[in-house]
Amino acid sequence: MTMTQALNLALDQALAHDERVFLLGEDIADPGASGPTAKLSTKYGVDRVLDTPISEAAIVGAAIGAAMEGFRPVAEIMIMDFIGIAADQIVNHAAKLRFMTGGRTTAPITVRVQVYGGLGTGATHSQSLEAWFMHVPGLKVIVPSTPRDGKGLLTSAIFDDDPCIFVETIRLRGQRGLVPTDPAFAIPLGQADVKRPGTDVTLISYGRAVLDALGAAATLEQEGISAEVLDLRTLVPLDVEAIVESVRRTRRAVVVHDAVRFAGPGAEIASILHSELFGVLEAPVERLGARFVPNPGPSALESQVYPSADRVIAAVQRTLAPATVRAGAHG
Amino acid sequence: MTTDLTVDVSPEVQRRLYELMTLMKAADDRLSKGIASGELVCVYWPSRGQEAIAAAAGVCLREDDRLVTTYRGLHDLIGKGVPLVEIYGEMLGRQVGAARGKGGTMHIARPESGVMLSTGIVGSGPPVAVGLAMAARRLGLDRVTVASFGDGATNTGSFHEAANMAALWDLPVVLVCQNNQYGEMTPTEHTMKIAHVADRAAGYGMPGVRVDGNDPIALVVALTDAVERARSGGGPTLLECVTFRLRGHYFGDPMAYMPEGQLAAASAADPVPRFRARLLEAGNFGELDLDEIERASAAAVEEALATVLAAPATALDELDRDVYADPRNCPA
Repeated sequence: MTMTQALNLALDQALAHDERVFLLGEDIADPGASGPTAKLSTKYGVDRVLDTPISEAAIVGAAIGAAMEGFRPVAEIMIMDFIGIAADQIVNHAAKLRFMTGGRTTAPITVRVQVYGGLGTGATHSQSLEAWFMHVPGLKVIVPSTPRDGKGLLTSAIFDDDPCIFVETIRLRGQRGLVPTDPAFAIPLGQADVKRPGTDVTLISYGRAVLDALGAAATLEQEGISAEVLDLRTLVPLDVEAIVESVRRTRRAVVVHDAVRFAGPGAEIASILHSELFGVLEAPVERLGARFVPNPGPSALESQVYPSADRVIAAVQRTLAPATVRAGAHG
Repeated sequence: MTTDLTVDVSPEVQRRLYELMTLMKAADDRLSKGIASGELVCVYWPSRGQEAIAAAAGVCLREDDRLVTTYRGLHDLIGKGVPLVEIYGEMLGRQVGAARGKGGTMHIARPESGVMLSTGIVGSGPPVAVGLAMAARRLGLDRVTVASFGDGATNTGSFHEAANMAALWDLPVVLVCQNNQYGEMTPTEHTMKIAHVADRAAGYGMPGVRVDGNDPIALVVALTDAVERARSGGGPTLLECVTFRLRGHYFGDPMAYMPEGQLAAASAADPVPRFRARLLEAGNFGELDLDEIERASAAAVEEALATVLAAPATALDELDRDVYADPRNCPA
């Protein structure tokens, strides 16, 4: 099934099996719904799949209030760029309530957000802002790349006791793959997944950029280079053990993501690798991410902003080059 | 609104109001005295002067009704029944605090008393109140959620979003604006074009009621209406309670922004002595009765403070708890 169908399945099963679950957001009910929430209001009623006003702060705030009372609300922020309006509720309430109240109140909400990057929507409808939320203690940040992971991780997020930011990617909507339909199928948060085993270099990625990593690995194989592709799947909790284990074997690493490279998730991962494996690494960890520029409208420009399989290959080649050649190289 | 003590509320309710107001005032006075002298060390955003509103909520709400308040919440917390030990304990960083002392002054919650959130962010409470009210409806419960906030909050987008949503869905919410005439250091008339916060209600399709926020009887009458309306499915009300913040924005605020004479005039209208005078005039209580209530409030405050000061400080290992449900999820 497609990613959209997989996410729909996760929501459908959660609504079916647990009365505490309800969805709220803009244009999520039929007939206006077109994404993962389509047909759910028809099946479960508009009381459980609520269309809201365009009010991101109140959508998330209301989800928090209901979660405090024992519900498992799934709020949708239609496009991730809009999350700034709701950031106060996410950052100052959802993330901190458990700590600030000594566990007396908690906000086990799921905030589904959708990233529109790569589709020509320009600077305010395209951003991958997951690094913002990695920086806030109390939040979990999840970014699936396959339909199977989408279903398994969304199910886990909804029933997780902590607030989860669940990042969907529009460019992955049509991705197809096998998905277990057992309602109990869930993927624990905090477990990276080896999407392709390899021995010469580890390509560490998540979300859409996993496709770039896999594409690069396929091409590199023809050149006799064996690249392992590690899909993080969740950024918080981060599977440090899996990252270090893989790179300890391959001794080379390239981190690639659609979020801006500067101060992006890759910076933390590269830092961890340099600390943990300083004497093991054959080359500095390479980092690829979006260029440090507001996303442009024209596709000819936008395509220059994001990583690509070709850029991943070039980065891998830098890690394989002798140190004398590598000097001064910059990803 | 002119209220008649003898008509509007029973002597029992009058007594309860005075007990609560004097307890709130005594709690603020003792804290203020302690901070000023260096005996107590904590941050504090004083509620002194706003007691009538919280006392009215205290007598109008059920224990299971929900309250969302703000960092200026000492009076609201007392009104809703949070034990003083848990409040002081939180302010002073002791293990007997509501959050074992780790959350601090601004963030006190106690679900057993219906206090679900004290927010440190102006305007951010009403959206959460919307969710609490949605939950009550889903659970089939007739409880009401009160969101308490200041005049400044009504200038935020967050307030607007929540007020619109509460009205749209006829949620059992009462929006209680404690208009203390200042948003931080800026007078309200410098931050909104309209004279009355209550007039904003019309824009949401809900009733807006303006009431003397220093008159506990008027407040009980108005709150009773709003709470009954919410409880019976009639939807939200915006209740503007006009009061004054007698100690400024934060404790120690020199209040240099306040025009000469304003504080003196506000102090002359202090709701606590004013209510005492009214009670005496109405004749159900004598001087000795009211003195006894004040003594009992002051004694309760001293007892709570002694308990808190004797309690151990917040444990350092609290840093390892409650960031996530499972501490193993915490990055190193």
